[in-house]
Amino acid sequence: MPNMSLKKNEMPSQAPDVRNKNFLEVTLGYTPEQAVDEAKRCLHCKNKPCVGGCPVKIYIPDFIAKVAEGDFEEAYKIISKSSALPAVCGRVCPQETQCESKCVRGIKGEPVAIGRLERFVADWHNAHSTEKAEKPECNGHKIAVIGSGPSGLTCAGDLAKKGYDVTVFEALHTAGGVLVYGIPEFRLPKSIVQKEIEGLKELGVHFETNVVIGKTISIDELQEKYGFEAVFIGSGAGLPMFMNIPGENYKGVYSANEFLTRINLMKAYEEGSDTPIEHPKVAAVVGGGNVAMDAARCAKRLGAEVYIIYRRGMEELPARREEVEHAMEEGIIFKLLTNPVEILGDENGNVRAVKCVEMELGEPDASGRRKPIVKPDSEFVIDVDCVIMSLGTSPNPLIKSTTSGLETTPKGCIVADEKGLTSRENVYAGGDAVTGAATVILAMGAGKTAAAAIDEKIQGK
Amino acid sequence: MYKIINKRELNPTVTLMEIEAPLVAAKAEPGQFIILRTDEKGERIPLTVADFDREKGTVTIIFQIVGATTEKLNHLNVGDSLHDFVGPLGKPTHTEGLKKVAVVGGGVGCAIAYPVAKKLHEQGCEVHAVVGFRTKDLVILEDEFKAASSKFVLMSDDGSCGEKGLVTDALKKLIESGEQYDEVITIGPLIMMKFVSKLTKQYGIKTIASMNPIMIDGTGMCGGCRLTVGGKTKFACVDGPEFDAHEIDFDEAMARGAMYKQFERKAHEEACNLFKAEVK
Repeated sequence: MPNMSLKKNEMPSQAPDVRNKNFLEVTLGYTPEQAVDEAKRCLHCKNKPCVGGCPVKIYIPDFIAKVAEGDFEEAYKIISKSSALPAVCGRVCPQETQCESKCVRGIKGEPVAIGRLERFVADWHNAHSTEKAEKPECNGHKIAVIGSGPSGLTCAGDLAKKGYDVTVFEALHTAGGVLVYGIPEFRLPKSIVQKEIEGLKELGVHFETNVVIGKTISIDELQEKYGFEAVFIGSGAGLPMFMNIPGENYKGVYSANEFLTRINLMKAYEEGSDTPIEHPKVAAVVGGGNVAMDAARCAKRLGAEVYIIYRRGMEELPARREEVEHAMEEGIIFKLLTNPVEILGDENGNVRAVKCVEMELGEPDASGRRKPIVKPDSEFVIDVDCVIMSLGTSPNPLIKSTTSGLETTPKGCIVADEKGLTSRENVYAGGDAVTGAATVILAMGAGKTAAAAIDEKIQGK
Repeated sequence: MYKIINKRELNPTVTLMEIEAPLVAAKAEPGQFIILRTDEKGERIPLTVADFDREKGTVTIIFQIVGATTEKLNHLNVGDSLHDFVGPLGKPTHTEGLKKVAVVGGGVGCAIAYPVAKKLHEQGCEVHAVVGFRTKDLVILEDEFKAASSKFVLMSDDGSCGEKGLVTDALKKLIESGEQYDEVITIGPLIMMKFVSKLTKQYGIKTIASMNPIMIDGTGMCGGCRLTVGGKTKFACVDGPEFDAHEIDFDEAMARGAMYKQFERKAHEEACNLFKAEVK
């Protein structure tokens, strides 16, 4: 008999007033009992709508059936057939708009907590499994992967499992891409990312950190000098945008990328880290996406009073609902329908306030969202000593500008076909470098597709 | 890991190090920079390439001890290794087609000005080197500059070596005496570059300044190194580090550069305590 409870099992988490002062993980994960109980809510529909909602097509009802039986290791094996990073995706995927949005249980009540179950299974495996990944026999074909974020790691993993000799090149000193510099510890512990990378190393993947492709080595050299038969570009979208309003270069104005990198990659908040960070008293985060929520919650943890300034309303916030709720619980103040027009500084060039206008929503614009319009005579000032611009990012032009014949869109995104092939022979691309800033799981899907295409191309030779 | 294969004290606060980094050495050009970390908990600091040897696979850096990281770096010795060393980053100095150039360096900035002077000299350009230091004990690379220039002017604030005065005084004299430069390239403290720029603007001489702002990744990701150049925001790491000096907002760059001054001073004192060294 399935568990007919209309609600998902709650996942234990740190209390808001406690967690907003530390960087430990917010949610604590299901216990085995909670997981088994939740798994029993799955009705095992014949047509499996949830699988259709998953960008990497995890066999969701199959793994959930194993959880219900208490065979967690088998559940893990089923997930890992489709996903290279289950412990990551169980935490950061927007399940509510993907698999869980298609769940039949969601029609009346809440959908099955697929994401929480995925996370439970991956964590259980990481804590209990002693099995080492077996290194497949090398087939002698060399593949280069540029970038060690979600798309690159997935592509590398899939190819390594097939016996390819894969080298991942990373510009920073630590592998993991946005998973280590962008997403904070309290949402995705770095030990989890590290574990996934260790797993890939066991499969034989080589990691070369401190190599900036386009500067240290060019794509031409990878192919001609170093003999890589195919190259996958998963360099992400790392270039921050600013508003181009007066005062944006005052001290105390950061891009979300800079603020988060100081905190997440450089661990500037920890004793013993040499990287400095200001501990703001009052911070304004401009933007409404997941990155804005991350930046706001980090600023809160540094002890600041934090405002989110967003030009549309609550309904239009692009961040995941769960992130918005967590931010609100932690005491972040939402200034919606508000837009900054100028940043004000003191005589020493430090930020002292942000001047804003009130907005109202007009007719839907090209994006389908209602266009924000400035309310006349609505200027007001919020006193802050820190402003964090979280307006989105675009792909880094370093590779484009140093690779001849690599076609890009006017926005700087690399042009790739449905298999990930670019305008250059044997050069593939995927993830944010192609789509512009999107989600971890979409990047993983692109890495997977490209891995399959590379395999097909080389084996078909 | 990146091994230190040579280390030399150029003056009490400035050290030269030759680092084994074959991939960087293969590509490095004057004007470009690297980012290093001394250890696992270290911060990322940018340093401009002072020299490179493609055959040996080494890159030379010259740094002034100003904060905790440079203090730590200075305590490493030949045979030790740096944890991270990435580059070459930024755009190389544009030297093509230049026939006569004044290279104006100040303090440790001379370490960066030198490879530029050398490259220009090697390609047959007439180089006038004007270098300034606070005092005699701080002079670096004097012989090297002499070898790479047809005219060498040494200035000091206190008159203990060369002529007493500022580099701008010397440059002004050269220009007034009828020297005609295609370009002035200036590398040194922001305040010095600001005044060099002011001077050359009066005479309408194209001037390039090399900027060394705060940065983290060095690949265009953080935006911490942004400057206003010609009214537009530019990232020093990917758009520079060299810019048209007449377009740079030096006052803003000076304010931004001082952002972590207090933190830097405190961290430096702590590092000095750790090494039981005197704070210089």
